[in-house]
Amino acid sequence: MIRESYLNALVLFLLLAVPVWATIIDEPFTITLATRAVIFALAAVGLNIALGLGGLVSLGHAVFFGIGGYAMGILAHHAQTYTPVMSLPFLIEGTKSMPVIWLVAMASSGLAAFAIGTLSLRTTGVYFIMITLAFGQMFYFFTISWPTYGGEDGLSVYVRNEFPGLNTLVPIHFFAICFIILCLVLLLNALIAKSPFGLALNAARQMPKRVQAVGLNPNRLKLLAFVISGVIAGLAGALFADLNRFVSPTMFSWQMSGEIMVFVILGGVGRLCGPVVGAVVFVMLEHFLGGLSEYWHVYLGALLLIVVLFARGGLVGLIVGRVDAHD
Amino acid sequence: MSIILIIEQVLNGLQFGVMLFLMAAGLTLIFGVMGLINLAHGSLYMIGAFAAAVIAGLTGSFILAIIAAMAAAAIVGALVEMVVIRKLYGSDHLDQVLATFALILIFSEGTRWAFGSFPLFLDIPNYLSGPVTLPGGIKYPLYRLILIGVGLFVAAGLGILISKTRIGIQIRAGENDREMIAALGVDISKLYTIIFALGAALAGLAGALVGAIQSVQVGMGEPVLILAFVVIVIGGIGSIKGALIGALLVGLTDTLGGIFLPELLKLFMDTSTAQTSGSALASMAIYILMGVVLIWRPTGLFGARA
Amino acid sequence: MKVTSLIFFTALAMLANGVSAEGIKVGMITTLSGGGAGLGVDVRDGFMLAIAQSGRNDIEVVIEDDQRKPDIAVQLADKMIQSEKVDVMTGIIWSNLAMAVVPFSVAQGKFYLSPNAGPSALAGKGCHKNYFNVAWQNDNLHEAAGSYANSEGYVNSFILAPNYPAGQDALTGYKRMYSGKLAGEILTKLGQKDYAAEIAQIRASGADSVFFFLPGGMGISFLKQYANSGVDIPLMGPAFSFDQGILQAVGDAALGVVNTSQWNKDIDNPTNMAFVKTFQAKFGRLPSLYASQGFDTANLLISALETAHPDDADAFRAALEAAEFDSTRGSFAFGPNHHPIQNIYAREVIKEGDIYTNKIIGIALENHSDVYAPECSF
Repeated sequence: MIRESYLNALVLFLLLAVPVWATIIDEPFTITLATRAVIFALAAVGLNIALGLGGLVSLGHAVFFGIGGYAMGILAHHAQTYTPVMSLPFLIEGTKSMPVIWLVAMASSGLAAFAIGTLSLRTTGVYFIMITLAFGQMFYFFTISWPTYGGEDGLSVYVRNEFPGLNTLVPIHFFAICFIILCLVLLLNALIAKSPFGLALNAARQMPKRVQAVGLNPNRLKLLAFVISGVIAGLAGALFADLNRFVSPTMFSWQMSGEIMVFVILGGVGRLCGPVVGAVVFVMLEHFLGGLSEYWHVYLGALLLIVVLFARGGLVGLIVGRVDAHD
Repeated sequence: MSIILIIEQVLNGLQFGVMLFLMAAGLTLIFGVMGLINLAHGSLYMIGAFAAAVIAGLTGSFILAIIAAMAAAAIVGALVEMVVIRKLYGSDHLDQVLATFALILIFSEGTRWAFGSFPLFLDIPNYLSGPVTLPGGIKYPLYRLILIGVGLFVAAGLGILISKTRIGIQIRAGENDREMIAALGVDISKLYTIIFALGAALAGLAGALVGAIQSVQVGMGEPVLILAFVVIVIGGIGSIKGALIGALLVGLTDTLGGIFLPELLKLFMDTSTAQTSGSALASMAIYILMGVVLIWRPTGLFGARA
Repeated sequence: MKVTSLIFFTALAMLANGVSAEGIKVGMITTLSGGGAGLGVDVRDGFMLAIAQSGRNDIEVVIEDDQRKPDIAVQLADKMIQSEKVDVMTGIIWSNLAMAVVPFSVAQGKFYLSPNAGPSALAGKGCHKNYFNVAWQNDNLHEAAGSYANSEGYVNSFILAPNYPAGQDALTGYKRMYSGKLAGEILTKLGQKDYAAEIAQIRASGADSVFFFLPGGMGISFLKQYANSGVDIPLMGPAFSFDQGILQAVGDAALGVVNTSQWNKDIDNPTNMAFVKTFQAKFGRLPSLYASQGFDTANLLISALETAHPDDADAFRAALEAAEFDSTRGSFAFGPNHHPIQNIYAREVIKEGDIYTNKIIGIALENHSDVYAPECSF
């Protein structure tokens, strides 16, 4: 058994070392895979704040992921075709600048998380799972039948957006951007967990009545966690869209929500690096099992089942033990 | 739009609703008694349809196919309950969601591995095909009338089972206090297996009945599963009555929304815009319905009050 | 027949071996698992049959499964280009996946030969000199249905399709050629399986014909329910709801329905006869139109390789444009936007023994191109 903080350092080191090594031996596709894993990890870290700290089982995080993606798609599409996003009541132009796109993606997914959270937090337990799923389906069907931005066909952006000082088309540069964002968000996550807000949130998850008794509103705490979580998922969505140079309604599908949740549970709920481990393992399985057999979903299913039944606490829990899992 | 057309559409909504009820009844029982979220319920629906297609192909008998569908789904359901599900009763919903999501992957790809990627043939028998003329001159397919009948019959049967029989008493007791009925000497694990198999058989029945007028293929279960969840959430989880009311609401909203929303919008905008946005709105209608119900009553129409 | 086909293929193989070119690598991204896998499997089998028959062992084909997910398809395209370093790409079935992969791949200098999807964006303003569509532009088969409706004297059609871009394009395509008026127009939900409500509207509409575009399981459901409803207004549709893989699941409900296709197994030319025979012998099932498209795509590629290698892009492109290969469809040529100019047939569903299949009943559109070609300039 090793300590969780050592494991976290090791995971991040490996996640950085593999693409660097791939650059040296000129295997750009490995970098693309690593970037995909990092972006999925980012979305999962976002969900983990709602799920692990707030105890909010959201089966609708694809909504925020998708909104981030479409923020990128719509802005870049307009920049690409030289048409304004809207001209009335005031002019908004498209853009190809990543930082601007990120801000828009985070603001719009945060707004959506606020609205969805306010409504959904009236419910608890299974009802909460289902109402978040329902919001996901609403967005999914809406984008499919909304012709302005391609409907089911989605939107293609032919060239990756720009970041000052870097050439984002070079795989390792784009990887670096995503990796640094992931590290910053992990840091933020660790700070939140130790902050008064994080402690109150933890308490609100475990015994909401007592939190209420000391004068805090548990639902307001949970709403804030839900919004932070949505903002991070939205940012991940914008990066994912940029990785693929493409957005489509599948980003809103319930399978996407399910996959983000799989990353978290596979790695370990509430663990700082659980979602990272989960996302990396998932992308590796997808790549290697997918190469072995057309029917790889069977093996993936069996593996997930084994993790749930025999390795509670996820892979991280399996390695470092369950000592400090949930206090 | 004539009154006959409207009546016909209401019948269509009813028929869709009672088929959803067959799915939702099992889900809501399993959740109510065992506290389990079963995402793999859609796979049992698919297994029922495949079993029916295979038996109908071998014997040519539709009745045998329906029986086979229920038997296959019940057997698979009971096996899954004993091997996997049983270990999940104590876990939180999160583990249940993930484990049953994993079961979906295994069942879907396993079925595709066994039967290939092409849809299977299953059709309604000659003696049930074709339309009948209802009072008022409405021509309506006989088979769909039978579906409505079967659905209502099952609903009534479940109602009697739960309110009048010994096993029904155990089910209701299980919903109220799980530990207590175990302490009273009821073989709880046998009860759970029976409930799970019963829910599975209903899903298999729905899969075979609906498969005969739709398509029997891998992945047919998941869209129905999501609708069934919407149904039980609207009705209140654990309540059979809620599942019935919820299923009819969802069936009617979906069917009538698809017809009337575009017509309604045509009053305000040009035909093709109304058609596009009307259909977009209609495809979101049941989720909007669910959102509204939950915001108004956070535990559904007939759910236990927290 | 057997002897002639044997001679034919031996000749083809000798011809191929006669020209020595350095090997090439083909990247095929197609749908082999999950929903819609049947189409990808057919394209792959048709394509690989042609490669095997050519006797060339210098063509390496890397096959990957996109699971019908655009993000996976993009990732695989990256893999094909970055690590496999393929020369030519092909295989994608769905328009939305093609839109995600094709513009990016051709911008990187790769050739893309589409065996199925033909979105309008890639035929018109978004066309590219390295993009060739061997199947059809998406609107073609729908336009043919509209033209067939005119020739049958239908003047009051009821039309329906799912509410997504390909569905909206289908209705537009039909209306472009059809000159009568509409009894009704419905956009259904994508993935919808119950059409009772729509059928009731059709019954009440007083239409003299029904045009529908409902691919895959949606079409199976619609046809079965329509046959059972007692409505007997004639149905028309594009071939996608009537291909060999689907018909067996529909059964009697499809009999007599007219559908439009650029290919059928009874098109009378030696290539097609040999193709149907060898495909059936090798895979134990009749080929679908997707299999024929995969087969033609591979033969186009092989024909171009006989004169040029993709490294010499201009020469290779010219060789593709010439399209000097024996297509299963008989005459085949590319228009100025690299989309086919071809006959589109009206077919009728029949039963041969126990097998449901199609029979050609006439030509719906002769030497048809597409309306987007004028918008295209390389």
